[in-house]
Amino acid sequence: MSIERHEIEKLATLARIAIDDSTINEVSERLGSVLELVDQLQAADTSGVDPMSHPMQATQRLREDEVKELNQREALQATAPDTEDGLFLVPKVIE
Amino acid sequence: MHNLTIAELIRGLQSKEFSSVELTQHFLTRIAELDPSYNAVITVTADQALKAAAAADQRLAAGNAPALCGIPILHKDIFCTNGVRTSCGSKMLDNFVPPYNATVVENFEQAGAVVLGKTNMDEFAMGSSNETSFYGPVKNPWATDCVPGGSSGGSAAAVAARLAPGATATDTGGSIRQPAALCGITGLKPTYGRVSRWGMIAFASSLDQGGPMARTAEDCAIMLNCMASFDDKDSTCIERDVPDYSATIGNSIKGLRIGVPSEYFSKGLNPGTEQAVRAALAELEVQGAELVDISLPNTGLSVPAYYVIAPAEASANLSRFDGVKYGYRCEDPTDLQDLYTRTRAEGFGEEVQRRILIGTYCLSAGYYDAYYGKAQQVRQLIQQDFAKAFEKVDVIMGPTCPSPAFKFGSKGDDPVAMYLEDIYTIATNLAGLPGMSLPCGMVDDKPVGLQIIGNYFDEARMLNVAHEYQQATDWHRAAPEGLL
Repeated sequence: MSIERHEIEKLATLARIAIDDSTINEVSERLGSVLELVDQLQAADTSGVDPMSHPMQATQRLREDEVKELNQREALQATAPDTEDGLFLVPKVIE
Repeated sequence: MHNLTIAELIRGLQSKEFSSVELTQHFLTRIAELDPSYNAVITVTADQALKAAAAADQRLAAGNAPALCGIPILHKDIFCTNGVRTSCGSKMLDNFVPPYNATVVENFEQAGAVVLGKTNMDEFAMGSSNETSFYGPVKNPWATDCVPGGSSGGSAAAVAARLAPGATATDTGGSIRQPAALCGITGLKPTYGRVSRWGMIAFASSLDQGGPMARTAEDCAIMLNCMASFDDKDSTCIERDVPDYSATIGNSIKGLRIGVPSEYFSKGLNPGTEQAVRAALAELEVQGAELVDISLPNTGLSVPAYYVIAPAEASANLSRFDGVKYGYRCEDPTDLQDLYTRTRAEGFGEEVQRRILIGTYCLSAGYYDAYYGKAQQVRQLIQQDFAKAFEKVDVIMGPTCPSPAFKFGSKGDDPVAMYLEDIYTIATNLAGLPGMSLPCGMVDDKPVGLQIIGNYFDEARMLNVAHEYQQATDWHRAAPEGLL
């Protein structure tokens, strides 16, 4: 099983990963082999089975909305590739 | 000193046979001398370790120090360490120095444990052989042409090579148990929600769980006492008292009902591995346990379900690595799209990219129900299998993985061959159950792992069973040649 070139290109766009044209066939083949594995799921009879998203059916804990931690902007931005005046810098987005 | 267990080292420190500084220096020297052969440690924090050891010695002298005070350990490089590079085995985070500690790291720090450094791992914990690490593969101390398992291969190899008496690790589909098995050590993946995931770099959030690796079950109990805690910062952490895992470790296992699932002894299992596991079960029978044949009929679906759920969650979790806030950024991006797509293409390795693409595919419009929805339903079936089994038995046992450590490159180019390595471990992650692996024999001079799967929050019982087994056998004492 392999995935068509245009599908790989679409996935690459959605996942924001540049895929070199020369490797598309290889990527397609390997993704295809994984999809062949996961397609075994289709044979399972799951009629009437609820999907499970948490092993203990836990629900989101809520807490009071109060300030507990101090702002650590400088410490956190110290690891950023490029910042200025407390802002993260990226290439120009708006002309 | 490197052959002593954590329990023995604690007694040595408390009776002043040696100091934490001496102990720490001993292990730092071992890492410097031996690790070039194994590549188990990415970052050594010698200066901080010696400072922490000196502080621990003062606490020990003052009395009332916590059990782990002064004990050297290693952290898997997936746990954020304040001021110490945390790479997750990836080029993407090669330059990442977190400004905070993971809760697990904080717990050990509070206890006075000494951190020797950070261990190598498969990139973002995605792999079963440690071959996907940006820092190169870890070599198995038992056979350096073989893999140590993954993803916590660095932690497992380090403990096996006596570079540290214990190490932290994480397990999403077998990443504690499989490397523990392949390196001949003891490792425990707790119940989902038992150990905080805060500051532990996320792979698949509904499956990831941190746990201890050491040479004995007794040591894993001591480490879990420190690792397990309720943490407000992890919304999936379960609010529940942490028992003293060391207190019940010596209980009798007379009358213990051990479920033996037929599906874990089917084709594909190495005959030598099967023999060793059956012998371990027979030994437990001698100790008064009862073997009960059980069936986990949906076992075969666990690998396919996992390779939908884990990549789907990974594709969402790893979207944060975009070259803007931290980590790697490509050179001279032409625009924002170019910044994102090239940063991610250059920063992530092949396996990580593949899983992100698979996850993106399974979550994309038109495929969501067929893949993700279906996999979540199958997950429910797998959990029901276990629930039925635990009506009849106290623990479930079988092999940890199908065969002993394999040679580098032997799983070839097909990712699926590697994925099947986790066929016996994945189901417990999908169900959220605790699982552990302990050494129970040798095949071709390489260790075999016995897996124990427990019911939710039954870690104390699992550790008890493992400890009783280790009282009667000495597989856990075996060491790779030249390392004793």
